[in-house]
Amino acid sequence: MAKVYASIVITAPANAVWDVIRDFNALPKWTPFVAESRIEQNAASDKVGCIRNFRLRNGGRIRVRLLALSDYEMFCTYSILESPMGVENYLATLRLIPVTEGDHTFAEWSAEFDASPDREAALVEDIGRNVFAAGLGALKAKFSR
Amino acid sequence: MVEIRRSIVVDAPLAEVWALLRDFNGHDRWHPIVVSSAIDDNIDADQVGAVRSFQLADGGRIREQLLALSDVTSSFSYCILEAPAALRNYVAHVRFRPVTETNACLWEWSASFDPLPGERERLKRFVGQDVIAAGFRAVCAILAGEVNRTGPARKPAQPVSTASGFEATAIILTRYGGPEVLAAQNVLVAKPGAGEARIRQTAIGVNFIDIYCRRGSFDMVTPPGVLGMEAAGIIESVGPGVTNVAPGDRVGYACAPPGAYTSARILRTDLLVKLPDFLSDEAAASLLLKGMTAGFLLHDVYAVQPGDIVLVHAAAGGVGQLLCRWAKALGATVIGSASSQAKAEQARRLGCDHVIISSREDIAGAVSRLTDGRGVQVVYDAVGKDTFVASLSSLAPRGHLVSFGQASGDVGDYSIDKLAHRSVTLSRPNYSHYTDTSTKVKRQTERLFAALKSGILVAERPRSYALTEAGAAHRDLEGRETMGALVLIP
Repeated sequence: MAKVYASIVITAPANAVWDVIRDFNALPKWTPFVAESRIEQNAASDKVGCIRNFRLRNGGRIRVRLLALSDYEMFCTYSILESPMGVENYLATLRLIPVTEGDHTFAEWSAEFDASPDREAALVEDIGRNVFAAGLGALKAKFSR
Repeated sequence: MVEIRRSIVVDAPLAEVWALLRDFNGHDRWHPIVVSSAIDDNIDADQVGAVRSFQLADGGRIREQLLALSDVTSSFSYCILEAPAALRNYVAHVRFRPVTETNACLWEWSASFDPLPGERERLKRFVGQDVIAAGFRAVCAILAGEVNRTGPARKPAQPVSTASGFEATAIILTRYGGPEVLAAQNVLVAKPGAGEARIRQTAIGVNFIDIYCRRGSFDMVTPPGVLGMEAAGIIESVGPGVTNVAPGDRVGYACAPPGAYTSARILRTDLLVKLPDFLSDEAAASLLLKGMTAGFLLHDVYAVQPGDIVLVHAAAGGVGQLLCRWAKALGATVIGSASSQAKAEQARRLGCDHVIISSREDIAGAVSRLTDGRGVQVVYDAVGKDTFVASLSSLAPRGHLVSFGQASGDVGDYSIDKLAHRSVTLSRPNYSHYTDTSTKVKRQTERLFAALKSGILVAERPRSYALTEAGAAHRDLEGRETMGALVLIP
């Protein structure tokens, strides 16, 4: 099983950051790599179990299912149902933690998945850098302008 | 139930922070309110179930049990077994997470407990401020290198009182603030422990670092505590295992932990220096810290060579005077800057080849004129905000700026790209890293005493204040009203 992890500190209160990322369908609004996104069957984007169907700027299409959403602890967990990445048992969590000293936000994005051994290291690198770190970087930039 | 959650971003890699904080019995090395700690029954501190028994600065004793420890998630949990404060069902969790973007880490610390009726607000404050926030500040200061990490020297000095103690007058920092927060108080000084001596102090040095500590800019002293890094006096008694000094010895020191503003105190003996006969107590108390500082600035941070041109800011100030004389003796051409005509004259008397009056002249322009546009090899700058840019502009190509203080305020953010204009280098030396072992202190003091004995440096008579007038001394030093050194006499 492979693990990916990235984290960042955002100079804005956690509530404000959570307002942006809480919407499971909002990826096009804050990530640089998602072109368009919809929730299948017209479900609400905060309905646990809903399926997000989105297209990357590079053309790939991914379907993920929302497995957990916590307004109390400010995290969401999702699994990949279909993707061009060749991963199995992919489970990811995006989490915010308030930094009380300074009223900032710690944001972390982590995932675990299975992949064929020869592709695992490249996937960890690609997801860690081009998805998680890039996404968190864009989120941070949104608040520091 | 009350739940308190706090968190901070610590500017150090997770591994470094975890190495310091994983030790369940190590909190007496960093937490300002923990005086001493031991694990019951002689088991290891990372054995889950271990009980730590520790004493607080106010005399209270607490026993806590380790409930969980994880090297996977860099976290641990513990509960209180016994405490004087009514903290029932107290459970706390500590966890560290890496900030991968900057190689820093997030430190989360939460606690929950059931307060007795009427105690809720007081206990919330105690846990949130005195335990968690104070712990955050102390660890950040240690990791930033502002405070020495090894041994009990990091502990802020606390007034101690036991039945076996003897009376002393101490100046207590009642809270962070202006000179008015200093208050004289009678305290009892305990018997010295292993490796320690009780010193009856005869003269106490006043330094700018004391003012930074008083304002709370540095976290080395937590109120209520005692300021002061330097003093001279007589050894009154020693604890077990002390061989380098004996009762009756005349000694001086200039080192952490703060706690010198008192007529008597306990101190580890390894950083004490026996004073030579030619040096009076007052001179030693006013010279050791500044003299050792000038010594390592001129020899270790940047080694001044014959023919160098050296710029010294605040040339009439405590360290400034020593730097000017000593740099001159090392064969340098010395340009001093001073804020007034009177200070400029003093600087000229000290042997400065040229003096710039910073309130009237543009420093960088004057330096350029005095050096035919070549600039200086090294600048010694303890003024900070007001002089930093001028200091960089005054350097010759590949020159070096030694920023060792900030009397006019923090320099603030500065783009390092500008250093490339002349390939200059910058250092920000911390006193403790040059003086925190007996070997280093020996090296610095031998060099200082030799310079005094040979007449390179002259021990000017310091301006003295009664110990109880510490606030007035601070006011004068802060107002930049003074030339030379100040001492407090108990």
